[in-house]
Amino acid sequence: MTDFTKLFIAGLGLACAFSAGCGGGGSSSSKTNTVVKSGQNVAPITVSAGPSGNYANGAFTSVTVCVPGSVTCQTISGVLVDTGSTGLRILSSALTIKLTQQETDTGNPVVECLPFLGSFTWGPVQTADVQIAGEKASAVSIQVLSDTDFKAPTKCTGFGVPSADTLDTLGANGILGVGFFAQDCGVDCLLASTNPGLYYECPTSGCVLTGESLAKQVQNPVALFASDNNGVVIELPASSAPAATLSGSLVFGIGTQSNNALGGAAVYTVDGNGFFSVSYKGAAYKKSFIDSGSNAYFFLDSSITGLPDCTTDTGFYCPSSPQTLSAINLGLNKTSGTVNFTVANAETLFAKPGDSVFGQLGGPSTFPGSGSTQDFFDWGLPFFYGRNVFTAIEGKSTPGGTGPYWAF
Amino acid sequence: MGRWKEACIQLKMVVITAALGVAATAAPAWGSLGGDAASVQADQVHMRASRQTTVAEGYTVHEMHTPGGTVVKEFVSPDGKVFGVAWQGPWPPDMRQVLGSYFDQYVQAAQSRAGGRIRRGPVMIEQPGLVVHTGGHMRAFGGTAYIPEMLPSGVRAESIQ
Repeated sequence: MTDFTKLFIAGLGLACAFSAGCGGGGSSSSKTNTVVKSGQNVAPITVSAGPSGNYANGAFTSVTVCVPGSVTCQTISGVLVDTGSTGLRILSSALTIKLTQQETDTGNPVVECLPFLGSFTWGPVQTADVQIAGEKASAVSIQVLSDTDFKAPTKCTGFGVPSADTLDTLGANGILGVGFFAQDCGVDCLLASTNPGLYYECPTSGCVLTGESLAKQVQNPVALFASDNNGVVIELPASSAPAATLSGSLVFGIGTQSNNALGGAAVYTVDGNGFFSVSYKGAAYKKSFIDSGSNAYFFLDSSITGLPDCTTDTGFYCPSSPQTLSAINLGLNKTSGTVNFTVANAETLFAKPGDSVFGQLGGPSTFPGSGSTQDFFDWGLPFFYGRNVFTAIEGKSTPGGTGPYWAF
Repeated sequence: MGRWKEACIQLKMVVITAALGVAATAAPAWGSLGGDAASVQADQVHMRASRQTTVAEGYTVHEMHTPGGTVVKEFVSPDGKVFGVAWQGPWPPDMRQVLGSYFDQYVQAAQSRAGGRIRRGPVMIEQPGLVVHTGGHMRAFGGTAYIPEMLPSGVRAESIQ
């Protein structure tokens, strides 16, 4: 980035921080949020150590899955709420009922390999009726995670990250992906020839790439609810000192009920890749995002932040004392707002084994050297503490405009 | 890298575009980070990608576009070695192909869990002989990998992007 660009962005940031001329927003760090506790569109969530007992900053809820069209159902607890992905994924080892296997036209089972940042999930695509709180969706494609039902092809293991298909490796009984997208892959997977390694058909001779229609892909179940289907709100109270648990709500719908109005929340729209810009110390990081499935504030690196890396808990920051920092979010729609946040020493935070809520947990994210255009902020779950965050689904109409966007 | 410098490189660049329709199975199994310039072509064939070549100061960049929309750049030193790779697109590339003989080291590093707590976020691997960083989220992944010891003199790590 040139010095001129930096100066321009710094100036823009200051102008936005002190005026309403940038589309609203502003600092929300001093507000106290209200957490809705009841309603047919409200599912309780708890930040806890999770079913594996060693999660940090994981928000968990319960999801009921049923054999399609039947009353054969099972409620799965300990499912991670993830606004950074799309689709419901349940550990095979947590399922006691047999869901309906999805098959190709030629009768072969469909199996998926889904890459996340540090792991991939592998296992068959199955169909279930999904119920969360009072909301229902019928015949939803979900992924059942299993290393053993089918052998992962070399193209899947070729993502290079380990599989997360067991309680030990996933740290949860499943993932409820309630992000921007209606399906996980989208148009890239329509044809076998462009499928980037996500969907396979698996005859006994082995798994080969297949084309998968949008309707058959693993779905954001929220988008398929009869109502309250345009997005979600995650509501968690503020938390600064480490704590054992934190209770909040996952509210379905945006502006569809009296309990999910945008109110004073500012809408931040995103680019085609689901990114917005975060400005820090006068430089703009344009590949930034909000993700309840990331478990810390992941941003930049020591050379920019001055925060040292931990030596034991590598991948987190370990400043000698808590550091209060400030950054400015900037939506594509020019909405801007300042975020004040504190990063404390991760090894100090982790000292008490019973704690799993860390509102001051941070870690590095950045690419080598400073000034890479790939640098970004990943506002993980601590960002949600004390702030109701709306995630609007692509193409869905809301009182704040058509998704995708975040609002808070 | 500044926008102006990028623009200058654009002016200097030599473009060779080759669209190959060769079946992926024809590719040799060896990959490219740390390999010689010939491995770039192997990657291109494997990924069924089109390729263009840019000459920058101190290195050459081979940019490949896969049918799935992911862009992979391979950075080749004047002595013909791939010292870095960068990728960006909806989904990660075939890392076994892109990292070549460094793939196993990446797999091992990606599996090691620091401390006792689960960490979910961007991957940063900084080991002697291999640096890998990844970021983004579903439908928008990016990453870089390089061998610090093989950076040509005067070339900075942040050029690999």
